[in-house]
Amino acid sequence: MSILVNRDTRLITIGVTGKQGTFHTLQSRDYGTNVVGGVTPGKGGMVHEGIPVYNSTYKAVQETEANVAMVFVPPKFAADSILECIDSEVPLIIAITEGIPINDMVRVKAALNDSNSRLIGPNCPGIITPGECKIGIMPGHIHMPGRVGVISRSGTLTYEAVYQLTQRDIGQSTCVGIGGDPVNGTNFIDCLELFEADADTDAVIMIGEIGGNAEADAAKWIKENMNKPVVSFIAGASAPAGKRMGHAGALISGGDDTAEAKFKILEECGVTIVRSPAELGEKMMSVL
Amino acid sequence: MNVHEYQAKQLMKEFDINVLEGAIAKTSAEAVDVAKKLGGNVWVVKAQIHAGGRGKGGGVKLAKSLDEVEKYAKEIIGMTLVTHQTGPEGKKVNQVLIESGCDIEHEYYAGIVLDRAKGRITFMASAEGGVNIEEVAEKTPEKIIKVSIDPSVGFTPFIGRKLGYGIGLEGETLKKATKFFNSLYQLYVSKDCSVAEINPLVTTKTGDVIALDAKLNFDENALFRHPDIEAMRDPTEESPSELEASKYGLSYISLDGNIGCLVNGAGLAMGTMDIIKLHGGEPANFLDVGGGATKETVEKAFSLILEDEKVKAILVNIFGGIMKCDIIAEGIIAAAKSLELKVPLIVRLEGTNVGLGKKILSESGLAITAANDLGDAAIKAVSAAKGEA
Repeated sequence: MSILVNRDTRLITIGVTGKQGTFHTLQSRDYGTNVVGGVTPGKGGMVHEGIPVYNSTYKAVQETEANVAMVFVPPKFAADSILECIDSEVPLIIAITEGIPINDMVRVKAALNDSNSRLIGPNCPGIITPGECKIGIMPGHIHMPGRVGVISRSGTLTYEAVYQLTQRDIGQSTCVGIGGDPVNGTNFIDCLELFEADADTDAVIMIGEIGGNAEADAAKWIKENMNKPVVSFIAGASAPAGKRMGHAGALISGGDDTAEAKFKILEECGVTIVRSPAELGEKMMSVL
Repeated sequence: MNVHEYQAKQLMKEFDINVLEGAIAKTSAEAVDVAKKLGGNVWVVKAQIHAGGRGKGGGVKLAKSLDEVEKYAKEIIGMTLVTHQTGPEGKKVNQVLIESGCDIEHEYYAGIVLDRAKGRITFMASAEGGVNIEEVAEKTPEKIIKVSIDPSVGFTPFIGRKLGYGIGLEGETLKKATKFFNSLYQLYVSKDCSVAEINPLVTTKTGDVIALDAKLNFDENALFRHPDIEAMRDPTEESPSELEASKYGLSYISLDGNIGCLVNGAGLAMGTMDIIKLHGGEPANFLDVGGGATKETVEKAFSLILEDEKVKAILVNIFGGIMKCDIIAEGIIAAAKSLELKVPLIVRLEGTNVGLGKKILSESGLAITAANDLGDAAIKAVSAAKGEA
């Protein structure tokens, strides 16, 4: 087992004919993901790299019975594409796009609350269940099937963690990038809940960042509800306050949202922390 | 993106939000002209920089005569203002806002921010205005009235009443405040603000509700639909290197250390800085080349790092996802050749096309220290910066 995606996943890509959309859809298909279609308004009817293209997500879902959509649409139009996926009742939407306006995401979030869809991202690397299904931009070859779950706000730091695990022969059940934006669809707690319930996940790596309260909320949730060990790193201990560190969400604004404050509450809640991102793999070995 | 107080107030006027009459002056003579045009016998001279706490730093003065307007404008224009938000180096004041004075009855606070946990906009108001609102939030959180706004419903009259009655307003003043709050919300949403803060919001003895100060921040991601806001950008308020970087899609922040960092991904870039620090080094910068970097942007990234004379070593840490290692490798070689790289270069590559990237680097004949993993890379960079390698 795994969480969210597996062998039964049927993927469509929104923005499939774009350069990035094409490249990463093909990479995902090469990995073994069942890519059943794509959407680009105005290009419906064509077959792109062997993938049938539809004008609308609704039509694509109807024709292909897709259950996951990957959004590769430029930031100006991405929120609209996500809303179209929600309207089409796609159960799982993975939004890779970086740079979506915050107020657009506020509206998307409201639409999600009352829907049958779950959103992962935006501004995220995607999700992978090693050996079964890869959806997103992560390099597939560094992963290995196994029993450790990974959740992260950062793309490349996730790869770093996964690489360290694989080097130590520790496989991963599912790796989820929840994205670096201040408003996202799925948070740490949602993923922790799924991993706690997943019979094939033994432990979890959680990678956070400065900014916001998501890690602190997750820490409290772990203390109350989680029986599996969690190893955590928070990026940005060396970041100055008041500066946006690349990610729109990575900004120390209050004082409760520094790396130090997050390490502290995680530790208090029984989470195993590492202060160096190079020690994630080693530490996971020691708790397993 | 930040704007100046006077720009924020121009925008607020467009949304029918009450502000005091005023205009900008770049010299003391201009300041006197503005004051004359405004009329009256009390004026406020306010330094225009992108930072709060200007009053405490001596950047806001009440002038009771035209002579005082001239005197204070002379003092403030050209001064380096240090506040709790500028850092110890302070900020140079290039212009002042001259405003008419007003008879303040009470100072309040009004603010709109994003509640990240809920993914919604929150409107806040407090009767404790004119002071540091973070302190109020910490010590007496019950004195801040909060309303979470459903984006599909928007601002409705009850929200205005909840905030207004909550901070103790009544009668005509309450009605005016409700209109004020509504307009501020409309401004926030239609101009894609990320913060709108009025501190203080004042009631006057003549019964008006006025924004005495104004702070607006805008969502960088939404500027494409607001050319009017983009036009308000003041390049003198931004670091030239950060501005230059953004033109190339690079995210760069200058820091105090001596190890230049070139990394892909914001999280890994922060993580790389953190690990350098853990090993006793100091990062010279945060630099995320992003996912769509080309040979040219990598070259540009190198030149930005090397413009910083403090840099004694460069650590390149790339974990390719979107980013392909061979492209990074080609950029490194192009940069090393065109910029005549003299500081030690430590490179750690992993991920998409890593074999090809490593091959390109090793065949280049450049003196590059290869690192096996993140920990190794940090240790090598720290010792190189100390001159030990």
